[in-house]
Amino acid sequence: MPKPVKLEVSRRRLLAAGTATAMAGVVPGAQAQPHPSRQKPSQRPTGVSFEVNGKPRSLQVDNRTTLLDALRENLSLTGTKKGCDHGQCGACTVIVNGVRINSCLTLAVMHEGDRITTIEGLGQPEQLHPMQAAFVKHDGYQCGYCTPGQICSAVAVLDEIKAGIPSHVSPDLTAPPELTNAELRERMSGNICRCGAYSNIAEAIAEVAGSST
Amino acid sequence: MKFDKPAEANPIDRMQVVGRAHPRIEGPLKTTGTAPYAYEHHDVVTNPAYGAIVGSAIGKGRIASMTLAEAERAPGVLAVVTAENAGKLGKGKFNTAKLLGGPDIDHYHQAIAVVVAETFEQATAAAALIRVEYAPADGRFDLEEALKTAPLAKDPNSPEKDAPPESRTGDFEQAFAQAPVKLDELYTTPDQSHSMMEPHASIAAWNGDKLTVWTSNQMIDWGRTDLATTLGVPKENVRFVSPYIGGGFGCKLFLRSDAVMAALGAKAAGRPVRVALPRPFIPNNTTHRPATRQRIRIGAGADGRIIAIAHESGSGDLPDGQPETATNQTRLLYAGPNRLTSMRLAVMDLPEGNAMRAPGEAPGMMALEIAMDELAERLSLDPVELRVRNDTQVDPEKPDRPFSRRNLVRCLREGAERFGWTRRSATPGAVRDGHWLVGMGTAAAFRNNLLVPSGARVKLGRDGLVIVETDMTDIGTGSYTIIAQTAAEMMGVDIGRVVVRLGDSAFPVSSGSGGQFGANCSTSGVYAACVKLREAVALRLGINSAEATFSDGQVMSGNRSAKLADAVGEGELVAEDKMEWGGLDKSYQQSTFGAHFVEAAVDSFTGEVRIRRMLAVCAAGRILNPTTARSQVIGAMTMGAGAALMEELAVDKRRGFFVNHDLAGYEVPVHADIPHQEVIFLEEADDKVSPMKAKGVAELGICGVAAAVANAVYNATGVRVRNYPITLDKHLNRLPGVS
Repeated sequence: MPKPVKLEVSRRRLLAAGTATAMAGVVPGAQAQPHPSRQKPSQRPTGVSFEVNGKPRSLQVDNRTTLLDALRENLSLTGTKKGCDHGQCGACTVIVNGVRINSCLTLAVMHEGDRITTIEGLGQPEQLHPMQAAFVKHDGYQCGYCTPGQICSAVAVLDEIKAGIPSHVSPDLTAPPELTNAELRERMSGNICRCGAYSNIAEAIAEVAGSST
Repeated sequence: MKFDKPAEANPIDRMQVVGRAHPRIEGPLKTTGTAPYAYEHHDVVTNPAYGAIVGSAIGKGRIASMTLAEAERAPGVLAVVTAENAGKLGKGKFNTAKLLGGPDIDHYHQAIAVVVAETFEQATAAAALIRVEYAPADGRFDLEEALKTAPLAKDPNSPEKDAPPESRTGDFEQAFAQAPVKLDELYTTPDQSHSMMEPHASIAAWNGDKLTVWTSNQMIDWGRTDLATTLGVPKENVRFVSPYIGGGFGCKLFLRSDAVMAALGAKAAGRPVRVALPRPFIPNNTTHRPATRQRIRIGAGADGRIIAIAHESGSGDLPDGQPETATNQTRLLYAGPNRLTSMRLAVMDLPEGNAMRAPGEAPGMMALEIAMDELAERLSLDPVELRVRNDTQVDPEKPDRPFSRRNLVRCLREGAERFGWTRRSATPGAVRDGHWLVGMGTAAAFRNNLLVPSGARVKLGRDGLVIVETDMTDIGTGSYTIIAQTAAEMMGVDIGRVVVRLGDSAFPVSSGSGGQFGANCSTSGVYAACVKLREAVALRLGINSAEATFSDGQVMSGNRSAKLADAVGEGELVAEDKMEWGGLDKSYQQSTFGAHFVEAAVDSFTGEVRIRRMLAVCAAGRILNPTTARSQVIGAMTMGAGAALMEELAVDKRRGFFVNHDLAGYEVPVHADIPHQEVIFLEEADDKVSPMKAKGVAELGICGVAAAVANAVYNATGVRVRNYPITLDKHLNRLPGVS
């Protein structure tokens, strides 16, 4: 059996790893977070500092501001998309401390000291991340709106598999999960693509997975 | 340029760039999150305020009173706009219900106010402080009930304005009565939501009486015109900008409340205002595909030839709305001398029904292609063979009117061979794989080719760069890329030397994106502009344009050759033209064809359906870019899988709204639902449709898919479900016994 994963499991990660329900009693990241302010909302902004794509950022935010809106509105990093604003579509997926999360389901003030990677941090038009390049090559997108979330999720999924985290379709919970089409599709199912590029996205991820293992 | 006779050989036929697989030219922007969508023009709109829309909490009735004071006093609030203080508003030509309701309420979640504040959080919180007292009224929310008294309705898009509401050929009733083999069944399709990933969003900024709106809209000129009408301002004062659109599928064909409320909010606040519709507003505030009740009757001879066919459909919409034209394809798809099609339209008070990907044909084919499967079984005939036997090369209602090209039979035959159709068991419920019941299904695909005028401007710079400007939109369809390919082919330059600018009302009016007409029409407009630019280049270079060849950045004629860029003097060379359409669609029926094949497995214990394989074979004229065209088809197949198995807006018939109005309640296919998909394009060039010789595929791809899934499920289980979606509750209690 692979070494148990660190217990700071986000809700997103729990969803991705449905069989990991034994961990559900652990409060996600409890030890790392200051208790959210109990002040009257909106009157007094709160200072928060975190690292975004390798750069330290300090913001004054409304306590109600989601991490998604802090990225999009306060930092003008609009690559992270708002598709539903309540955790149903995955378009806002970013990678926080190496783990993918829905940035709409978490408040900016909860991320003091965190390391956040957005789509802009993975690569730029002239210097694409291998996953971005694979999406272009396999036409793993159409309108492009879910795409940053798909790509962030895909990058994190490969890390989850490497870390030995099983999913709902893993045949053996104690064996290292394999990089099968079924595993990838299951783990990517929190990222909706209404244009229906799934078949191509699967090929893009498989190509990157194949070349990196 | 007018296209009024079949296309001759032209520079596109070289297919050096057009017709070749090319990755999307905007791909690096989309995959890095640097393509700006409607809400994201931070660089051009500084200091925006944020608007939050309040939606009606009743389906029908009146606002008795509205108390704004608390919201107006809330932190950061700059303005609150309602119908009472917005001033006189008009209604756009393409809108059925008003986009700002009050005091009368036309439907649930109709916008009744926008709260503008300094921040999104402040606007959202303040919007919740508006107190509304309603006087609800009884509404018509039950389609089945409403159809009992609904009158016949004409096809609003029919070119024959005086056509009777029923279409009749021969004597259906008599022929059906005498037919040796008969089918008479009722099929239902539910209300469906486009649920594109980007909710409607707009930024509005006034500069004096000039208004600029950055928005997410498929049809720039329609939206701009209707916004001007709604606000009562001259159209020239409104600019619409929509370079990237996060999906539409028909939901963004029209002006919607985000743009109107952003414009009104910006006026009231004296600041640019951004408004995005919250996800839970999409089904009830915007449009949806209307539910249908369809009766199909088919009478056939023992040889499988159709003698009589009738397709009657009923749907509902708000007052002054339109029917879902679900019987369209039945007038053209199969042969048969005696025919009847008709539609009924019930006036209802549910939110506005309107076009969603392949309006008419998508739900129509969902029913018709199950009916064909049922007929095949009654005839003990293979479903592929039944369709082949009933092929027609002419319009069955007007036999002197041929199809421009019709390769349905080849699609079916090639698809059957590729899919391994001979392995299908003709007896349903007979194939097992462990605890799975396995079956195969097929359906024809059919969607008409539509022609819409389309303009473009092409500029040639001294650097040899070709710039294309048109208000055409790219909603994921690949417009950027196929337009670049067209200009590159026409001007004889590398595709990397072409810059494409789309989605701005400052550019020539194009076809826009809808009805799968965008690819063919918009590239034809670019073709027309390029022909003019070629003439201008030839004139400058002193070359006869009719004899000139444009290739590799050179213009050649006989033994003369010149650099393309040398034709440019000071500044740049500019040409503009528009493709207009003559009567070829009257003398030739123009349609696209395909065949879908699906393998499905049904869990014999739970009834859960899993799609194992999907194949589509398409015959749709020249395929301009196999990469983007294939993506359109697999996307349509995915949406068709959703229609077959999960998509349904549930109606609260008492209070009058769609209950499951978000992406958790309204289920769409996810990665786990969709297997590897295969698409085959038959090599074709249709010279009757345009100089591009291309038709569309984006809607063809969805037509028939759901029925192919339904037929595969039936083949697996032996239980016929005629009410979409095929959820497990509809067949679980009738599945073959678990042995």
